[in-house]
Amino acid sequence: MSKTHVTAKVNGDAVEFLCDPRETLLDVLRDRLGLTGAKEGCGTGDCGACSVTVDGRLVCSCLMLGVEAEGKEIGTVEGIADGETLHPLQKKFIEYAALQCGICTPGILIAAKSLLEKNPDPTETEVRYWLAGNLCRCTGYDKIIRAVMDTAAEMREAS
Amino acid sequence: MSVSSPLPHDAARLHVTGAARYIDDIPTPRGTLHLAFGLSPVACGALEAMDLAAVRAAPGVVAVLTAADLPFANDVSPSIHDEPLLATDRVHYVGQPLFLVVAESHIAARRAAKLGDIRIAEEEPILTIDQALAADSRFEGGAVIWEKGDAASAIAASAHVVEGSFEIGGQEHFYLEGQAALALPQEGGDMVVHSSTQHPTEIQHKVAEALGLPMHGVRVEVRRMGGGFGGKESQGNALAVSCAVAARLTGRPCKMRYDRDDDMIITGKRHDFRISYRAGFDADGRIQGVEFLQYARCGWAQDLSLPVADRAMLHADSAYLLPNARIESHRLKTNTQSATAFRGFGGPQGMLGMERLMDHAAHQLGLEPVELRRRNYYAEAEEGGSAPAPAEPPRDISGQKKGAEKSARSALPQTTPYGMEVEDFALHGITAALLERCEYAARKRAVAEWNAQGGAIRKGIAFSPVKFGISFTLTHLNQAGALVHVYQDGSIHLNHGGTEMGQGLFQKVAQVAASRFGVGLEAVKITATDTGKVPNTSATAASSGSDLNGMAVQIACDELRGRMAAYLAAERQAAPEEVRFEAGAVHVGGATIPFAEAAQRCYQGRVGLSATGFYKTPKVSWDRVRGQGRPFYYFAYGAAVTEVAMDSRTGEYRILRADILHDAGASLNPALDIGQVEGGYVQGAGWLTTEELVWDDKGRLRTHAPSTYKIPAFSDQPDIFNVALWDGRNREDTVYRSKAVGEPPFMLGISAFLALSDAVASCGGGYPALDAPATPERVWAAVRRCAQ
Repeated sequence: MSKTHVTAKVNGDAVEFLCDPRETLLDVLRDRLGLTGAKEGCGTGDCGACSVTVDGRLVCSCLMLGVEAEGKEIGTVEGIADGETLHPLQKKFIEYAALQCGICTPGILIAAKSLLEKNPDPTETEVRYWLAGNLCRCTGYDKIIRAVMDTAAEMREAS
Repeated sequence: MSVSSPLPHDAARLHVTGAARYIDDIPTPRGTLHLAFGLSPVACGALEAMDLAAVRAAPGVVAVLTAADLPFANDVSPSIHDEPLLATDRVHYVGQPLFLVVAESHIAARRAAKLGDIRIAEEEPILTIDQALAADSRFEGGAVIWEKGDAASAIAASAHVVEGSFEIGGQEHFYLEGQAALALPQEGGDMVVHSSTQHPTEIQHKVAEALGLPMHGVRVEVRRMGGGFGGKESQGNALAVSCAVAARLTGRPCKMRYDRDDDMIITGKRHDFRISYRAGFDADGRIQGVEFLQYARCGWAQDLSLPVADRAMLHADSAYLLPNARIESHRLKTNTQSATAFRGFGGPQGMLGMERLMDHAAHQLGLEPVELRRRNYYAEAEEGGSAPAPAEPPRDISGQKKGAEKSARSALPQTTPYGMEVEDFALHGITAALLERCEYAARKRAVAEWNAQGGAIRKGIAFSPVKFGISFTLTHLNQAGALVHVYQDGSIHLNHGGTEMGQGLFQKVAQVAASRFGVGLEAVKITATDTGKVPNTSATAASSGSDLNGMAVQIACDELRGRMAAYLAAERQAAPEEVRFEAGAVHVGGATIPFAEAAQRCYQGRVGLSATGFYKTPKVSWDRVRGQGRPFYYFAYGAAVTEVAMDSRTGEYRILRADILHDAGASLNPALDIGQVEGGYVQGAGWLTTEELVWDDKGRLRTHAPSTYKIPAFSDQPDIFNVALWDGRNREDTVYRSKAVGEPPFMLGISAFLALSDAVASCGGGYPALDAPATPERVWAAVRRCAQ
């Protein structure tokens, strides 16, 4: 099948790629653009490990085609830090030991960042339900919730 | 000192930036091929023919292999060579690999793998415990029976007899990173394999057999896994062997990863069990004798089922002194996935049998469940035990004074049903402290008052203890090696046989190394597990990772420290034993030499700065045939109280609150250890509540993806979750007196199951007799049963 030419922005940088129209955005990110931060946990949109933002909206990149990225602005875990300076969420995840094997962490960070951009002052319940589409098998979630709540508080203070 | 510091995971920064590489993230060389299995669509039958022409003709397919194409061993079993990589004349379960597709891309391989035209003479499969018993389909001949005293007579003479039977479901590991391997062919036929495995030596062994090479021709490397939980102890063999065989045949690098559905359909899970119990209690609720009948559904191949079923027997006592016990275990062979290791390794099922019996007994005898448990505990360790004396003496929540009978019981030999003396029992202290911290008595009253109002929403609260035996029951596995280099600039290269699957093992062991040399952690480079550096390793399993590898590293570091001290002391006419390694420097003869300078001096003084360390666990010995001995070096303890709310109209429920006190000895890293406790509890609660595996009558697994198999999510998290470590030291001489912490907390989740039982019991009627997992459907049915 002929490949389609796609132009998009990923983490602020203009990118161009050729992809099979049946390829998912996740495969494009990982295999064509070398951005392996987003992971395939299930391939069916149930685990959130492949979470990215598309024009600011949180999506499972395994459920979107690469060609649908045309003209869109994609955000991945690789773009969360500012150079060597970690985002407050990243710092808090380290501080709170809110990760173990780490493979769900990129998706959860993307989802949590997207929540805090919409709602800088979420309740704990809002955090739990916003993140309910991101599965983690190691941590039992509590430290992640604490890290997100504390990041929100710190970012509110800073702003 | 870096040991005991709550430092973050060694790869935390890589994790949060997305830079941590798992197998599927490793950049592959140009020309890498991708693999997929064609799977059996039926559970049982003779494999008559496979027409793979369409598979071979599919776009991107480079090769298609069947059993006949394998150059050497066709076996991926970790035990008795009963598990062919590719089926030969018979198929044994739905999902069994039949042929291997080698293609230019992952998706091309998977698409082609669906195109096989397979002819199987289908036979009636053996799927359930009852079917296996009827057909006498089992491993190891007959039942395994271990006995202490005379249980039947003791029960016959008892004031009360409690008996029942229940089902315990299996569990899918659901490591977020599926199984994966990458093989890179080397010159002269050698093979390098990157594998997501807990057991690199086993991968090396199986790959060597499959390639007809000595083990020295194969090197296996594992930097990290995206979760393991036991599911990567043997289940990675098939992928690694496939990659290696295909790489040998094509001369190209080969990679294989299972799609999630394939992973769930192909790989083994936790064993499901049926456990029947019959126990005699005296008038005060003290166990006189107990009989357990354990049926384990092992699936089609033996894998690790024998030691798993053994461990279920070993934990049948849970935390209680059984004066007379008889434990009978049946290991049944069925046409389903070959059940395998999963966190706890049979221990959870055995322990749940006993805790279920206690729950049933408390209901039947009308005793407070915690009080009943405390009356039956082993005696607390006298001195040098797991823990310091609690600030206050344990109080009976019933307010009763401890009577003479209690002392009489303490005077009995404190031996398990397998003859091991329990020397470090710490649960009296842990229980008292936990009950007080979580205000159990007041909350129990509040739950009773709430339920007395008779509304649709019912609450339940329950306590459960954990006593988990630490060591591989196969004694020879209790060994570990390490390799440590000090470079001439003072930087340290650390390697050992343990694997990192998220548990933080690498960081804990690095903390040990940094502490031995008195340097900061930044001086220590953690490196990937590599069979070329440390040979003949055991799986990172049985919670043994830091106990074994931490000790091996400590021994290697001390060897190097000794050599450095001898040289530096001689230089300054000082005594080697007075040399101290502290605060980034070596202190010798009144001088303080920065560690880097000390390393440089030693190098110039021609001191060997590389050492291996080897450790074997002392004291353990075990005769599994007789069921006698000391299989465990020590026990790890813990206790949990869970409160739930349940809607009696629908069976839906929530965990409202969980309180945990867990014994990690003198923790090497409290932040990582608490992480293990929290994650273990949630995974254990998931096993017993929402995680239900369903096979249909053709043996097809119907719960083969997260869409149909429900692990706990953020939204299921208890509103209140208080987790603390018990402040104690291991009485045994483990690394810095710490205790293993990987598996034991999993069984804290039993309290959630018992809390649901308590909530259902409030609806009146008889004992709820819940099966596990207590899905909302089962809870609803139990409420209806009780109401009748």
